[in-house]
Amino acid sequence: MGAYVNPIYPYKSPADLMSTPPLRKPLIVIGAGPVGLAAAIDARLQGLDVLVLDDDKTVSVGSRAVCYAKRSLEILDRLGIAEQACNMGVSWNIGRTFLEEDEVYQFNLVPDAGHKRPGMINLQQYHVEEMLIARALELGADIRWQHKVTAVTRHDDHASLTVETPDGTFAIEADWLVVADGARSPIRRHLGLDIEGRVFQDRFLIADVIMKADYPAERWFWFDPPFHPNQSVLLHKQSNNVWRIDFQLGWDADPEEEKKPEKVIPRLQAMLGDDRPFELEWVSIYTFQCRRMTDFRHGRVLFVGDAAHQVSPFGARGANSGFQDADDLMWKLGLVIKGQASEKLLDTYAHDRQFAADENIMNSTRSTDFITPKSRTSKTFRNQVLALAKHYPFARKLVNSGRLSMPSFLTESVLNTPDTDAFEGQMVPGAPMDDAPVQVNGQDAWLLDQVGKGFQVLLFVDAVPSPEVLAQIASCGSAPLRANAQPVQATPLIVATTPLNIPDVKVIVDSQGLVAKRYDARPGTTYLLRPDQHVVARWRTLDTHAVQAALARATGLNIGSHIGQA
Amino acid sequence: MKTDMHTALKTDPNFHEPGRRFFRDFSPGDEFYEHLIEAHNGLSDEQSEALNARLILLLANHIGDLKVLREALGKARAST
Repeated sequence: MGAYVNPIYPYKSPADLMSTPPLRKPLIVIGAGPVGLAAAIDARLQGLDVLVLDDDKTVSVGSRAVCYAKRSLEILDRLGIAEQACNMGVSWNIGRTFLEEDEVYQFNLVPDAGHKRPGMINLQQYHVEEMLIARALELGADIRWQHKVTAVTRHDDHASLTVETPDGTFAIEADWLVVADGARSPIRRHLGLDIEGRVFQDRFLIADVIMKADYPAERWFWFDPPFHPNQSVLLHKQSNNVWRIDFQLGWDADPEEEKKPEKVIPRLQAMLGDDRPFELEWVSIYTFQCRRMTDFRHGRVLFVGDAAHQVSPFGARGANSGFQDADDLMWKLGLVIKGQASEKLLDTYAHDRQFAADENIMNSTRSTDFITPKSRTSKTFRNQVLALAKHYPFARKLVNSGRLSMPSFLTESVLNTPDTDAFEGQMVPGAPMDDAPVQVNGQDAWLLDQVGKGFQVLLFVDAVPSPEVLAQIASCGSAPLRANAQPVQATPLIVATTPLNIPDVKVIVDSQGLVAKRYDARPGTTYLLRPDQHVVARWRTLDTHAVQAALARATGLNIGSHIGQA
Repeated sequence: MKTDMHTALKTDPNFHEPGRRFFRDFSPGDEFYEHLIEAHNGLSDEQSEALNARLILLLANHIGDLKVLREALGKARAST
């Protein structure tokens, strides 16, 4: 056992970035946290030049965001570090909620088999950041440490930045600026942009404890446990014998006093109930807010992650929603930078992710109100839900110790083409795609690993399609959507009930029938998929014109000016 | 935990709204609970108690079936 030692990343002189007039970069990302790094990796995967500026020289201090949800792992699969993260992290699906000493509620994040990734892994943020940095560098991202952006000026077609380094201050410009500088977001403040919401009057103590323990890999949450009466406690297992323990303290607690080891250690001893040895790796007292910026897009400046929105930690909706921001933004930005879509497409980033942020804030606010009731009546209701939960299923469903991060169904997105055919199930236009086991070239594989590289047309078949159908599917993305631009391609992907040999088209075999089941598909069913693994349109039969129209819509071709500042 | 199969009172999750689709099973219940707590916002303890009484009376009349109501009263009294 031993505490984590933060790596120091080398500082590089900005001599090559300094010039008069200032250099103009196509894309600059401010902040090398998980979300900024994800954006940078995605940019490199699309072949975009990206410069990342960070005022620090290391990864996160303390474990911070420890829970990475299934959807984040699917995004990290696309970015290329999920396997590594899952190997190092602690996978879990089960959460247990206790009242005093009794279990009153249990949830399973992925109750159905047949998904590549678990509901959640726990892994310290510093490990995730190290993996993301290595991946970004491997892909050729230019990351500059100890480069603090002190000023940003917005222009119609670019942003200009002032950057402070140990070698002095310099100016640089970006066609597009992605701001991922965290909850306090100095850039958001500097630009005087609004962020509004609710402050919660409660304090929590986080302790990262290094110890040997054989508790299962599950999330355990206590209301009013004997070892910490009248408050809540949360336990998570992390990698390398590190355990996250979170104690609710109440608003009157003195943060400086509560951080002292002589206060923390007795709390832990009371909880652990024995004299096992442990070591404190990191202790922090936190309060939180649930709030978001009114608009995530300000012309050429795009806000992602905590800089744009913050939630309470119950539900792990912070870093997880940040990854989804980057995932939504980067394919849109890629099309815009390559001239294949109008910059209005970026308004749909703001629109879709503001919708998702509202859902995250709603869920985390509901959890917080349950965990920390604000009045006697509220507390009575909470305690009586817990009392009824011992006996009745409906009350167990109401027990809210955190609704863990799951992706939003972007049902309101203007990029969707509404259904004209009847479908069962959840894979509606705007749905984040459900995974399923498949076979590719006789090998076991996963559906989500076959998608997520540009737009794709998924056609379900039970026999080799006719040459006419194959010609149709091949032409879905061949029409240029904008003058003088490369056409946006929608790559065909055939899902077959049995192995088929079809030249020039990738075929995946629905070996267990779960793709058809989860997507309510029959032979002929056609899905159009976004590059971020969301359904955007679907039909019962393949119609090239319908697919082309949906593709045009999904790339923002039909957007009027009305959704701009939603 | 056992579920009573032969009773009239529904004790399985039952929050829903016609015409609305919920993608997560906890969402309709959480929405009700939010409305419930919100209804008490800013009230004194006495006012809240009175609101709860009015709410029970309204819902009891809506349910109407005395068999269901007797069962609910019995279960509420017993579940402490």
